[in-house]
Amino acid sequence: MRTTLEILIIIAGVLIVALTIAAAMIYVERRMLAVWQDRYGPNRTGPFGLLQVVADMVKIFFKEDWIPPFADKVVFIFAPAIVVATVLMGFAIVPFAPQIYVADPNIGILFFLAMSSLGAYSLALGGWASNNKYSLLGALRGTAQMITYEVFMGLSLLGVVMLTGSFSLRDIVEAQREMWFVVPQFLGFVIFMIAGIAESHRLPFDIPEAESEIVAGFHSEYSGMKFGMFFVGEYLGITLISAIAVTLFFGGWLGPDFLPPVVWFFLKTSVFLLFFVLLRASLPRPRYDQLMSYGWKVMLPLALLNILVTGAVVLAAG
Amino acid sequence: MTILFYIAGVIAILSTIMVITRLNAVHALLYLIVSLLSVSVIFFLVGAPFIGILEIIVYAGAIMVLFIFIIMMLNLGKESEEQEKRWLERKMWFGPGILAAILLIEFIYIIFPGFQKNIPESTVYPREVGLSLFSTYLLGVELAAFLLLAGIIGAYHLGHRSRKPLHRFFEERNPK
Repeated sequence: MRTTLEILIIIAGVLIVALTIAAAMIYVERRMLAVWQDRYGPNRTGPFGLLQVVADMVKIFFKEDWIPPFADKVVFIFAPAIVVATVLMGFAIVPFAPQIYVADPNIGILFFLAMSSLGAYSLALGGWASNNKYSLLGALRGTAQMITYEVFMGLSLLGVVMLTGSFSLRDIVEAQREMWFVVPQFLGFVIFMIAGIAESHRLPFDIPEAESEIVAGFHSEYSGMKFGMFFVGEYLGITLISAIAVTLFFGGWLGPDFLPPVVWFFLKTSVFLLFFVLLRASLPRPRYDQLMSYGWKVMLPLALLNILVTGAVVLAAG
Repeated sequence: MTILFYIAGVIAILSTIMVITRLNAVHALLYLIVSLLSVSVIFFLVGAPFIGILEIIVYAGAIMVLFIFIIMMLNLGKESEEQEKRWLERKMWFGPGILAAILLIEFIYIIFPGFQKNIPESTVYPREVGLSLFSTYLLGVELAAFLLLAGIIGAYHLGHRSRKPLHRFFEERNPK
């Protein structure tokens, strides 16, 4: 068993690493977007523009932190904290390496789903408390989108659970020694990724904050570090989705022996992070009703079919 | 563990009282979410993590979000708070207060003799929940399925209507 001190060190380490990655993503995203779109991107602050993150942070900390007089003050302040808190809670169940994990409850995947569903409050309350019609529209869109795609996210993971016979993420990683689950569960993986993009409301599914339609959506009224919380929360969200996708479908920390397990985990996760950026660089945004009908009419039947077939195969194989 | 249980219990009771006494509907719902979360903590403590996490996913994560969704669209403002204030007069509290107090006394009387201080140690894992659901309580599961199916069909029937196109561009072309 691990001692309390070890667990505390791991918790601190996970927090620091997750927040650092989220901050680094600000630079990586801008730079890689530029590369893929044939531009330079940030290249003035420090070598290769690496200090851009520091500059952004300094700017955002010293901006006026304004609460509109017409807003519901308590809820307005509270809302940005929810998204960061729930996503960081989600990191608790991710196994980074055989010995590096915060907790390994029997219900690991369900805990992740619970935390991502609580994240919807951040959008809903932030938009409602702003008391602004564009914010409210963004909040309505965001809540509907997140509730919808939560359903498929849960269903798409059931195939993996059936093949492993456990909700625990460590068991799931161990079960992938022979073959990564992306092979037998390819459909599940695709559905999970699409749902993950919608859950973290990233482009092409950033409909709650579609800036060409509704200003900035649910965070139109936010400024300073409160906006920063939404911003960091979004990057933390895609980091979490990437980490979970790696754990469930790409063998987590498993990899050839010449690199330590935790390095394998981070390499795989960074590939997914770059994939999220590439999506943003290349895809246009669908219309809102298209997103919803696509979800209910295509994704739901596919997810159910995936469960049906996987269940039948597992039963037949005994 | 016992102290954690009491803390969670007190939070659940206090937040539920706040749900009833808030004038603003969204604030009341927020307290209800806190109440659900603390009930979920209690489930974790008494060794039912599966039910605890379902409490968060289903109640706090889905149903309450829908509630907030609806209330956001209603856009209740100052007037509704005034109205609530008029309804929540002091004399309104007497009847329900007395009835609830009688129930509380009965409740204390029932649990007091066999008052058990220890929380059971055993934990019920998802596998056991699934096994008992689909063997002992299969009938209940099937009945719930009937009800849900009826609900879906009813909701579809109520919500469905043929749309009038807003503009001639949106009219469907009839191939004739």
